[in-house]
Amino acid sequence: MNYKLSVNGTDHTVESTWEGESLLYVLRERLGLPGAKGACEQGECGSCSVLLDGDLVCSCLVLAAAAEGRDVRTVEAVAGPEGLSDVQQAFLDAGAVQCGFCTPGLIVAVHDLLERHPQPDDLTMREELAGNLCRCTGYGRIMEAVRMAADRRAASA
Amino acid sequence: MSTVTGRRDRRGVGTGAARPDGIPKVTGEFAYSSDLWEAGMLWGATLRSPHPSARIISIDTTAAVAMPGVRAVLTADDVPGRPTYGLEVPDQPVFASDVVRYVGEPIAAVAADHYDIARRAAAAIVVTYDVLDPLLDPEASLTAEPLHPDGNVFRHMVIRHGDPDAVGDPAAGDIVVEGTYEVGMQDQAPLGTESGLAKPTADGGVELRIGTQWLHVDRDQIAASLDLDPDLVQVELAGVGGAFGAREDVSLQIHLCLLAKRTGRPVKMIYGREESFLGHVHRHPARMWFRHTAKADGTLVKVEAKLLFDGGAYCSSSPAVLANATCFAGGPYKIPNAVVEGSAVRTNNPPCGAMRGFGSVQVCFGHEGQMDKLAAALGMDPVELRLKNALAPGDRLITGQRLDGAAPVAALIEAVAASPLPGEVDGPMGLPGGPGRTTQAGDVRRGVALAVGFKNLMFSEGYDDSAAAKIRLFDGVATVSTACAEVGQGFVTLVHQIVHEVLGDDIEVVLNTASTTDVGSAGSTSASRQTWMSGGAVKLAADDIKAQVDLDPDRAEYLADVVHQHTPTTPLDENGQGEPHVSFTFACHRAVVDVDPELGVLRLVDLVTSQEVGKILNPVQLLGQLEGGAAQGAGLALMEEIVLEGGHIKNPSFTDYLIPTSFDLPELRVAAIIEEPEPHLGAPFGAKGVGEAPTISSGAAVIAAIRAATGLELPRVPVRPSDIALSPDRTP
Ligand code: FES
Ligand code: FES
Repeated sequence: MNYKLSVNGTDHTVESTWEGESLLYVLRERLGLPGAKGACEQGECGSCSVLLDGDLVCSCLVLAAAAEGRDVRTVEAVAGPEGLSDVQQAFLDAGAVQCGFCTPGLIVAVHDLLERHPQPDDLTMREELAGNLCRCTGYGRIMEAVRMAADRRAASA
Repeated sequence: MSTVTGRRDRRGVGTGAARPDGIPKVTGEFAYSSDLWEAGMLWGATLRSPHPSARIISIDTTAAVAMPGVRAVLTADDVPGRPTYGLEVPDQPVFASDVVRYVGEPIAAVAADHYDIARRAAAAIVVTYDVLDPLLDPEASLTAEPLHPDGNVFRHMVIRHGDPDAVGDPAAGDIVVEGTYEVGMQDQAPLGTESGLAKPTADGGVELRIGTQWLHVDRDQIAASLDLDPDLVQVELAGVGGAFGAREDVSLQIHLCLLAKRTGRPVKMIYGREESFLGHVHRHPARMWFRHTAKADGTLVKVEAKLLFDGGAYCSSSPAVLANATCFAGGPYKIPNAVVEGSAVRTNNPPCGAMRGFGSVQVCFGHEGQMDKLAAALGMDPVELRLKNALAPGDRLITGQRLDGAAPVAALIEAVAASPLPGEVDGPMGLPGGPGRTTQAGDVRRGVALAVGFKNLMFSEGYDDSAAAKIRLFDGVATVSTACAEVGQGFVTLVHQIVHEVLGDDIEVVLNTASTTDVGSAGSTSASRQTWMSGGAVKLAADDIKAQVDLDPDRAEYLADVVHQHTPTTPLDENGQGEPHVSFTFACHRAVVDVDPELGVLRLVDLVTSQEVGKILNPVQLLGQLEGGAAQGAGLALMEEIVLEGGHIKNPSFTDYLIPTSFDLPELRVAAIIEEPEPHLGAPFGAKGVGEAPTISSGAAVIAAIRAATGLELPRVPVRPSDIALSPDRTP
């Protein structure tokens, strides 16, 4: 059965014989959008984070067919035509990227965090991002990137 | 809050140069081994043993073969070459055929049109077993019937140093303390699970793109089992989602290449998280006994230790892990007399091998626990006791080897000890239990403690360790080839910095994808060795190019092709004496932990570190290694354990195997980074690997702080809430 998905503002028709496929699988394997990563496929690691109608979700826990008629935004849409987003730039400047497997999920999650908490304190950002596991960095540079992005936004506001 | 950016006005060493793979990693375009795709590609899946020990009576693949969409089903009969593989000893079957020796041992592999069909087909293979009683106790393994033709003991070794019969003099006030310590099985848990894509090549060979730590040794093991000339096996590095030792052994490499050869089509495989837990080796669980003897003034007289490491079903790198544990069992102290005995044995538990810190992590819990016990028995400050015994340049290790490089152990301890202590936590979120708000501020007890550790850099005991690199300079572009596996550590950045430092900021540096086809082996990305070995090789190649340019500046093209070897080492003799190591790395941590003893919950409030690094090549990446390594050490102390029951992993998921989240960790503070350029030849600009030392003493410091807060002995790592809350020794 075919269904339609709106991803990053583009409509896609998904031709699938099986509706049990997760949104993560369909994004990665059928729509050629491998930015979201799978590291647990049970909602624990946040590597697969995307926005669904503006809400941060684990795409591994969403059935792709159930996302029909909703607005899916992935890491691929974060950078604008003028280049990297402020959060992406801060990740690079702070040294928050090592293997980078957690990075796409974190980029989506930090954008979402800063929408809701423009100036998060340390415990707030640590708690808010606790659903995005990183095994390489110990989170120090990631927290630094969040502070950097928040400060730059505040300074340019 | 530490902001470290490093200068970026130059591009050479010492700057905070940005990662060359940074932009694709933040945009999601970077291609990990799990992101690969080929037209006509099949999906692979693996059937694994559900039993820790069983005889295989029969394997019936009929139903799987008959499923629509299934293109190949392979078992041991389909392995044309060597039926086994292994890093040190090829003792592990590619597919089990007669017996299975651990839960998760591969029995068959399937290729099919869809991921789910492949998995269903693997599940449709019918294996009949004669289930046997598993051997799960490493102690019992020493005397049990062998589980394998190679026997049950991977290695047994003894270090006898100084006077092995030395005893303390109680009349003079000498003190003896004994302790038994246990460390659980830790998983590397890299975020990217095992994955790769193999495809047949026109010349009858196979090409594999894979996340690995050691391309050439993967190639050699694939070639042996496929009965191919190694030149017909091309292994290329795909994007790697972390490694930490989990990718040093073969997992799906041989299976994928067999499937691609059989089907004539590209085949991709990705392990799910559960299969990843089954599919790679883990950190050895350890049981350790220590007896320390010291004079009344705290001077160490003798260290005795017995170490038992459970290597699980197959050898992997158990002998080398055990050697490290044994050599570093006493810690970074002056130890005039020592007897250390170590065994690594085979059981029906999951195989164990390399993980960051490699043997030194386990013994650090023991030697640091002992130093704290000794301090308590002597009525001495634990910091003072450590300073009194701290190793210094020129001292001998218990192997008899003299320290000829940096060993600023006392300075590392002093820096951490002098770092200011944090105040009370701010608000209920910062209490143990965090957002659960289960803890009353008045119930909290705080503990502060310090630990120090060390290990070797690079391979040891006479291993012929080398790394190759090539540079072609043409038209202002330096193209670098090395087979060093970038697993996230930032080696790719260092290549750019090293070449710029030697050849100038104006040239353009291009780093080829690491592969076995255009350059010789880089050796493994492990043992903190690539900065020195492959970084050193790149530096030598760049120096060579520079010399050529200086001699003849008008040529269009310059080529350099080098193989870098470190100072040779020697095997250990029958008393464990020799010159087994090239160089060493030292770090110290102090932890502050708040504990709610009623509930057993705790919070790591502060962690401060110091480390000796040779020379800083990139301050941002250095900090990333210090932070990431400390997180893995703290994780082991606080929460990380593969729980085994009857040989089964009970928690093979991120729901049940916990790794630290951002909320579990404080910001690591750095009290000192000591630069003493490495004197050995070949260390680029005096730099050495920095990635493992942070994982060694961080966990031991956390455990010691929990002990200090609770007054409990807590001999087992990780500490579980019940170890505190339900301890009969707890004083209300
Ligand atoms: S893959 Fe979705 S949360 Fe881990
Ligand atoms: S950078 Fe490797 S998991 Fe976060």
